[in-house]
Amino acid sequence: MPASNYDQACLQDLLPLYYKRLFPFAQYYRWLNYGGVQKNYFQNREFSFTLKDDIYVRYQSFSTQGELEKEMQKMNPYKIDIGAIYSHRPNQHNTVKSGTFQALEKELVFDIDMTDYDDVRSCCSAADICSKCWTLMTIAIRILDRALREDFGFQHLLWVYSGRRGVHCWVCDEAARKLSVAARSAVAEYLSLVKGGEQTVKKVVLSDPIHPFIRESLTVVDHYFTQYALQDQDILGRKESVDKVLALVPEDVRKDLQQDFKNEKKPETRWKLIEDQAIRKQSTAKKGQHFEKEIMLQYCYPRLDVNVSKGVNHLLKSPFSVHPKTGRISVPMDIKELDTFDPFAVPTISLICEELDRPRTGEEDEKSEDIKDKENEKDGAERRKIRDYKKTSLGKYVKYFDRFLDGMARSWKGDLLRKSDLQKEF
Amino acid sequence: MLTADVHFLSRHVIVLPAFVEQPTLFGGLEPRRRCCYSLTGAMQFSGRRRKINANPQTELYGHALQFYGQPPLENISLSEFETFAVDRLKLLKTIENLGVSYVKLSEQYSKKLEAEFKTLSFPYRPEADDRKTQTGPSELEKRRKDHISHFILRLAYCQTEDLRRWFIQQEVDLFRYRFNNLPPKQKLEFLHRNNLQYDTINVEEKKSLLDKLVNSSYAVSGITVEDQDFYKVPFQDALDLVRTRKVYLKAGYVYIPHQDIVTIVLNDFRTRLSKALALTARSLPAVHSDERLQPLLNHLGHAYVGQDYSIQKNVGKISLEQIDSLSGKSFPLCMRQLHQSLRENHHLRHGGRMQYGLFLKGIGLSLEQALQVLEVGVHKGQSGCRQV
Repeated sequence: MPASNYDQACLQDLLPLYYKRLFPFAQYYRWLNYGGVQKNYFQNREFSFTLKDDIYVRYQSFSTQGELEKEMQKMNPYKIDIGAIYSHRPNQHNTVKSGTFQALEKELVFDIDMTDYDDVRSCCSAADICSKCWTLMTIAIRILDRALREDFGFQHLLWVYSGRRGVHCWVCDEAARKLSVAARSAVAEYLSLVKGGEQTVKKVVLSDPIHPFIRESLTVVDHYFTQYALQDQDILGRKESVDKVLALVPEDVRKDLQQDFKNEKKPETRWKLIEDQAIRKQSTAKKGQHFEKEIMLQYCYPRLDVNVSKGVNHLLKSPFSVHPKTGRISVPMDIKELDTFDPFAVPTISLICEELDRPRTGEEDEKSEDIKDKENEKDGAERRKIRDYKKTSLGKYVKYFDRFLDGMARSWKGDLLRKSDLQKEF
Repeated sequence: MLTADVHFLSRHVIVLPAFVEQPTLFGGLEPRRRCCYSLTGAMQFSGRRRKINANPQTELYGHALQFYGQPPLENISLSEFETFAVDRLKLLKTIENLGVSYVKLSEQYSKKLEAEFKTLSFPYRPEADDRKTQTGPSELEKRRKDHISHFILRLAYCQTEDLRRWFIQQEVDLFRYRFNNLPPKQKLEFLHRNNLQYDTINVEEKKSLLDKLVNSSYAVSGITVEDQDFYKVPFQDALDLVRTRKVYLKAGYVYIPHQDIVTIVLNDFRTRLSKALALTARSLPAVHSDERLQPLLNHLGHAYVGQDYSIQKNVGKISLEQIDSLSGKSFPLCMRQLHQSLRENHHLRHGGRMQYGLFLKGIGLSLEQALQVLEVGVHKGQSGCRQV
């Protein structure tokens, strides 16, 4: 599906249409209300808007879904960020005694940005991405998703494409929302393996014993390494890249390999030579030498910004927000289809606005869904709105979001029952 | 906030100030036990209906070890107040001394500490009960003393950072000793009772996780897994281990060998006590308003502050004769070199003279003494020496 040509100048005209007819307010509210289990959860949530001309307003809060809708349709924000749930309504924070207005809870979030990998990708740099380096995001999502679910026991993870060059993860479990700053930073540190900035050459150092988490992560990297690193990125092809890789092995090994590489040009074979050297070193050296693993991790392992995850009050781009530079919608990603996810196929705001006027193929299926809607007693406007996003490429993402919310709703039901039992309400 | 309800029931009886409720770190606030003791000891409850216990103390002091979460709420006499406090202080001092002289929890340490417990009538045997007739205070009475004396000393030791640090350190050591002495079943009971939801894993699970456990921590070997109990702890309670990835983590639980669970429990104890002391300090003025308590608490606080590093043991004036021998033993290498050079060559050049002179001043020599050192070095070898 070719994306309509997007021009940032059109944003001003497209946003009103987007917020009026396409933004999935019902699902959005359903998410942030978390089943109404905790009082004032939605009302005490901070939103921030970036308006036209880079005007930034914080501490926005709303009492109902309707209020949120009206305000967004009035302000037409270019960007929307979601913050924490506070002790009081954020839009009244000035009336509260200083010191008592505090951030209490928020989802545990992770932000993976492609620019953090600039030292290990040769195809693009800075804000650019391509299909070759997008694999890094796939690897990152697989590793982190597994760790958050299997190691930490979290269940409700929402992965969102940021709209340009990265992905975000929202961990929505109740336990995650209640984590302290120290706990969040501990989780982020547990998940960090790549350390060091521009000045550091060797960013991953492993020592014995190799923790099961690292082993699992290596299994994932292994799966993608040959295709991604040896072929797409060609890290053992050109001389500068080879030098960079060899800078990560011990000096004596480096000399041997440089010698060998004079005769061997095929990347896969070159990598085998490195692996063989590693095995040899491991059997002779007293302490484990894991440089082949370290190379794999340095080139592929996810790079997290710990500061994003640490702060309870940190504001992060909202799902279904528009990215002003690319026009793409920050859509939730279905992990089951991760390997086929194409960031360039994500709909732009211009595309979906255009689609509103065009009838899409598959309109016949939607006729039967219209009947279902009537039976559900939704009012005319909302029915129309639901039909609207279904008409567009946004539909499948909202559907996925619905399924995600259904998963969470099962736990809300249980919580509500438990709460009413405690309070003896019948 | 602390309400110091001090009323006089008789000249010798006081009501201990009601301490502020300490929220537990896990599970929120403990349910408030509203009970007041009349002089005869029968319990009266307001609010919750519960079976009236014939002996109220068995409920409070049914267990050998506690986190000191609930303050005592009874009347005691002023003399008991004083005795309890002084005895506990003696106990904590012993703990400090023993900890310095012996390895903590070694046999000698334990033997000597037990002797002290006996002398001061503090509880030390976790299985002890009052079934056997014995002379002296009953087990319950000992536990009551332990409970009350802890809270009295909190009042005395919450005021300054130094006092707090010392008090916490000794109480933690005392707790460590007692926790270690509990049989495994009682240890688990203790954890559960105090909202530390830690369970051990069974043998099959240990076997199936063997590789993962061994590979998660440098300190865990196959033998460790076989010999020790492993506890499942929610990861939020073991953040340091998670942060450094020094432990096996699965489904939100970390798997910790027994040797490390003690660390976690101790840290928890330390944190709770630290918070409690901070709260107590804030409420102290109310307590000090009682003239009977104030002198005693002050005395306790000043009687012992910890290691007295100001003891003039080896510090004293260095005499000139000592310099030669001291230079070999106690000087830093650079200064030893200079001194040696001075002696051998009977001469020290300008730079060396400056350095060495400053050093001599630094170790406490007076100007005349320093000059003498520098001169003696010169004069010792008159023949052929150069002018200074």
